[in-house]
Amino acid sequence: MNTSNQVRLWAAQRLSAMVLGICVIVHLITIIYAVRSGLSADQILARTQGNVAWFAFYGIFVIAVSIHGPIGLRSVLSEWLGWRGRSADIFLLVLAVVLAWLGFRAVWGVYA
Amino acid sequence: MNTAWRARNHPAWWAFLVHRISGILLTLFLPVHFWVLGLALHDSARLDGFLHWTDYPLVKLGEFFLVLMLAAHLTGGLRLLALEFLAWRGWQKNLLALAAGLALFAGLAFAYVV
Amino acid sequence: MSDVLNVRVWRGGEEGEYQSFQVPRRESQTVLDVVSHIQRHLDPSLAYRFACRVGMCGSCAMTVNGVARWTCRTHVSKVVKDGVLELAPLAHLPVVRDLVTDMSVFFDKWAKARGQFHPTATRKDPFARVKPDTPERKNADAGIECIGCGVCYASCDVVQWQPDYLGPAALNRAWTLQNDVRDGAQDERLRAVAGDAGCHACHTHLSCTERCPKQISPTAGIAGLKRAAMKAALKGEL
Repeated sequence: MNTSNQVRLWAAQRLSAMVLGICVIVHLITIIYAVRSGLSADQILARTQGNVAWFAFYGIFVIAVSIHGPIGLRSVLSEWLGWRGRSADIFLLVLAVVLAWLGFRAVWGVYA
Repeated sequence: MNTAWRARNHPAWWAFLVHRISGILLTLFLPVHFWVLGLALHDSARLDGFLHWTDYPLVKLGEFFLVLMLAAHLTGGLRLLALEFLAWRGWQKNLLALAAGLALFAGLAFAYVV
Repeated sequence: MSDVLNVRVWRGGEEGEYQSFQVPRRESQTVLDVVSHIQRHLDPSLAYRFACRVGMCGSCAMTVNGVARWTCRTHVSKVVKDGVLELAPLAHLPVVRDLVTDMSVFFDKWAKARGQFHPTATRKDPFARVKPDTPERKNADAGIECIGCGVCYASCDVVQWQPDYLGPAALNRAWTLQNDVRDGAQDERLRAVAGDAGCHACHTHLSCTERCPKQISPTAGIAGLKRAAMKAALKGEL
């Protein structure tokens, strides 16, 4: 990977971090609220089904996390496991796709 | 290795370790989290089954730990963004993150116990 | 305060072992005093470096009780643990012998980071006028006291985990030059210090800042390089 792209990866990680800063604060508040007011499938779905705002919020959340997590893991793989280069990058790309797919499946699951 | 740890024993290094470990744990947790929620799609009964597990104290402890990891990663991350983009200096920023983390922790602990 | 110090000193190269010496304890003793005593009175075959002995040259840097320090500026009373001192060569550098390391890699990375000033003026031009209170000059001034002692490099875990990482000293020097309005190589330098082996590998452990005997913060300079590189990359100029 050339230097320019490495820098862009870093920038993507920091920018997604800023988005996640907001998403996570909202999510933490939501968790506290949900735990207190009810955690059964019906109760959760009652709050999220058909709600476009939640759909958009969780959608952005999933995209940001699918970018932020794998890029963060890239440093860990490189520094602690000595795994760097093309094979590691491909593994991380696959991870990002898997996270995004599972994430959107979940977002759709609670919206539809 | 003993030698390395003697040099690492300062606040900013521990902040790094917490941030990295919490990040790894969260990345491992996420696919599970997404998969369980995805059960709502076709199998809300199974989702309910999973959600009933949250009544068990051990599971509550695990959840609390996860929430703690999330809060720690968030506050540590905000600290890093400040250091990298706002050009903050000095260890007062460590203190700030610590205070913020503790405040968040206290608030969550209270909310959760209640 | 006991009369005698138990000093464990690394002997050998990459492979070797710690050898123990008993050194008389004196008031206001520095670690350099201790090492010199060993070499002069106990074992002349001990290899170690020093020069100015007054905290100006950085030659005496080594690992003292696990932490990189200048031995001439380290009082024994500040670091001794239960009467024991442990001396080892600087970390992350090849060991020549005993307490002496080969610093070639350290300076090679300095060169790789384009840590050299590139003039734009000639002797026929008037002197450059650089105001000391501009933000750029303040940034440069915060880092120019570096004397290349290697303590930050030895203290940095990323240097250990990422063999190509240029390291805090080289990047700090690059930052001072990026802030030098007289320098003419800033685009190439930014390209040289960006990326996986450059400033973006820094995880803000702040060990370099913690240990620098000149109170420089390479981390702050590296953060500045990150910002500059990101701007350039997003504009397609990197």
